[in-house]
Amino acid sequence: MSTPFLSVRDLKVHFSTEDGIVKAVDGLSFDVEKGKTLGIVGESGSGKSVTNMAILGLHDPRNTKLDGEILLDGKELITASERELEQLRGNKMSMIFQDALASLSPYHTIGAQIAETYRKHTGTSKKEARARAIEMLRRVGIPQPDMRVDDYPHQFSGGMRQRAMIAMALVCDPELLIADEPTTALDVTVQAQIMDLLKDLQQEFGTAIIFITHDLGVIADIADDVLVMYGGRCVEKGTKKEVLRTPEHPYTLGLLGSMPSLEGPVDVPLSPIPGSPPSLLNPPSGCCFHPRCTFAEKVSGGLCSTAQPALEITDGRGAACHLTPEQKGDLFADYATARTN
Amino acid sequence: MSSTTPLLDVSGLTKHFPIKGGFPIRRTVGAVQAVDGLDFQVAEGESLGLVGESGCGKSTTGRLITKLLEPTAGKISYRGQDITHAGRKELAPVRSEIQMIFQDPYASLNPRQTVGKIISGPMEINDINPAGGHEKRVRELLETVGLNPEHYNRFPHEFSGGQRQRIGVARALALQPKLIVADEPVSALDVSIQAQVVNLLQQLQRDLGIAFVFIAHDLAVVRHFSHRVAVMYLGKIVEIADRDDLYENPRHPYTRALLSAVPEATADDTPARERIRLVGDVPSPISPPSGCRFRTRCWKATEKCASEAPPLVQVEGNKPGHLTACHYPETAETVPAPRLTKDPEAAA
Repeated sequence: MSTPFLSVRDLKVHFSTEDGIVKAVDGLSFDVEKGKTLGIVGESGSGKSVTNMAILGLHDPRNTKLDGEILLDGKELITASERELEQLRGNKMSMIFQDALASLSPYHTIGAQIAETYRKHTGTSKKEARARAIEMLRRVGIPQPDMRVDDYPHQFSGGMRQRAMIAMALVCDPELLIADEPTTALDVTVQAQIMDLLKDLQQEFGTAIIFITHDLGVIADIADDVLVMYGGRCVEKGTKKEVLRTPEHPYTLGLLGSMPSLEGPVDVPLSPIPGSPPSLLNPPSGCCFHPRCTFAEKVSGGLCSTAQPALEITDGRGAACHLTPEQKGDLFADYATARTN
Repeated sequence: MSSTTPLLDVSGLTKHFPIKGGFPIRRTVGAVQAVDGLDFQVAEGESLGLVGESGCGKSTTGRLITKLLEPTAGKISYRGQDITHAGRKELAPVRSEIQMIFQDPYASLNPRQTVGKIISGPMEINDINPAGGHEKRVRELLETVGLNPEHYNRFPHEFSGGQRQRIGVARALALQPKLIVADEPVSALDVSIQAQVVNLLQQLQRDLGIAFVFIAHDLAVVRHFSHRVAVMYLGKIVEIADRDDLYENPRHPYTRALLSAVPEATADDTPARERIRLVGDVPSPISPPSGCRFRTRCWKATEKCASEAPPLVQVEGNKPGHLTACHYPETAETVPAPRLTKDPEAAA
């Protein structure tokens, strides 16, 4: 096996706050290959965004404790200096944020913001950088890019701003693109446009993409592999098909049951996950999910509330759950029939 | 609709927000045509879903119904009583029967009031004194929405987003309303919590027989919740039908495109529905396109669409009550729409 393009091993991100230590990410490992898309799913506070901020080195070092290993193309990022990271950010790896309006400077034109990144990393002239910005805007589907390049963010619509963000992120042809809920604030029709765009661009450049979302429908559309996060840990990992068709963790199952669908029965109520996500300041003992898990009592000896289940991955597939495969087969089968009817 | 008077009857409802400009005298130079001629009814105990993209006027519609905004034209009747331009006094009894649930559970609760105070507020204002006092009623309401009645004295910040939305629901229920306008009640919540709140609303609707106007952009949630669904585009209803008719047999190209754009959480290699990709953005409601407002993004548009606005009627092949505003309605046999070109020049 060749070494993956991005490899994260046992990543821990802890914040010290006034109330104590928040273990936002606690022992997370994954790989991303070039030209592939990894989808990270989870609710608010599950550590999805924190993980990716850690990859880019965007946390305030004064109150953040990073541990573990992040290898980008063989280069260690956790111990890298700020200067080294600056060389990589925007160049080799870049990020698309959720809120495009908050992530663009209102005082600078779109073109200037795109050109700035390009000039910093390539040292070209202003004129060339401007031409590049226009080209990028054209590529992401902004009409009349040579005119719109001088517009300010407020003159763009929501979908166009998100396109401009993508143009900015891709201006240096990064090899790793992190998209943090890039379509959550957008309408479905615009979301579909943006996802098509990302897919096209990935095909063209072979970019590795980490796509963070809470929408399993979006995952089904764009991801190759899926990682499900809960309470700062990975609870399930596998290919898109494996995770969506035969989930192995009760949380994934619960997420699928919570999603209303355009097909299938409508008169059955949704089956939500009871309770709310855990506090990371004071996480539940044992398995983080056990207070909300409907299957916890099926495990003998109350193991769920005392021991943290290990995440065992074979061939990229696995889940962190105490239930035996036989138990899962029985318990999850009812659910599967209810969904496919 | 049956012969009985519908609970809510809206006809020709229009709201234009004036745009002021010029110097030194600020004159009205234009208008944002947020809502432009809506006709619909809501029967007692029925839930009507309003869907559409942002800026299509669905929230404005909700605010017009609840009389938080004054309509520019048109008529709103509640139980046969015209409330379009009713004054404060006339409205008071109606207002207590029409309640609203807001989108943002953080912004819609006063952070300096306890939950008990928030929920009993509507009763105090309307001078309603239930048997056993306000506190008893609030505790009952908290239990109805699945919260612990002991949380009576807590403040909103002590609750999670889903719990806060439940508080908002309890407040809306305090006056035993007949109609609840829910403006994106679940879109700010996590998926697992969203399902909890949808189930709660559905249960309340069934148990208490409350009519709902359910405003949302998520078509799957609306399908789950509504008896009838109206699809809006740029201030107009383009299609309205019973839920199953609309989702199984969409006749308006926009409805079809909207449905096809929703990603489904299935990992099948062949998608269940063919994808129609719309190009471009929704045009500005300040100067909407002539004729059919969807024509600039429609793959079927002809000159007729530009010159003539299609009326909202029961087009051929529709069941009664299924209205579509389109000159060239879709049929089940319509050949799959071509995947639209991404070239922005060609679209412009």
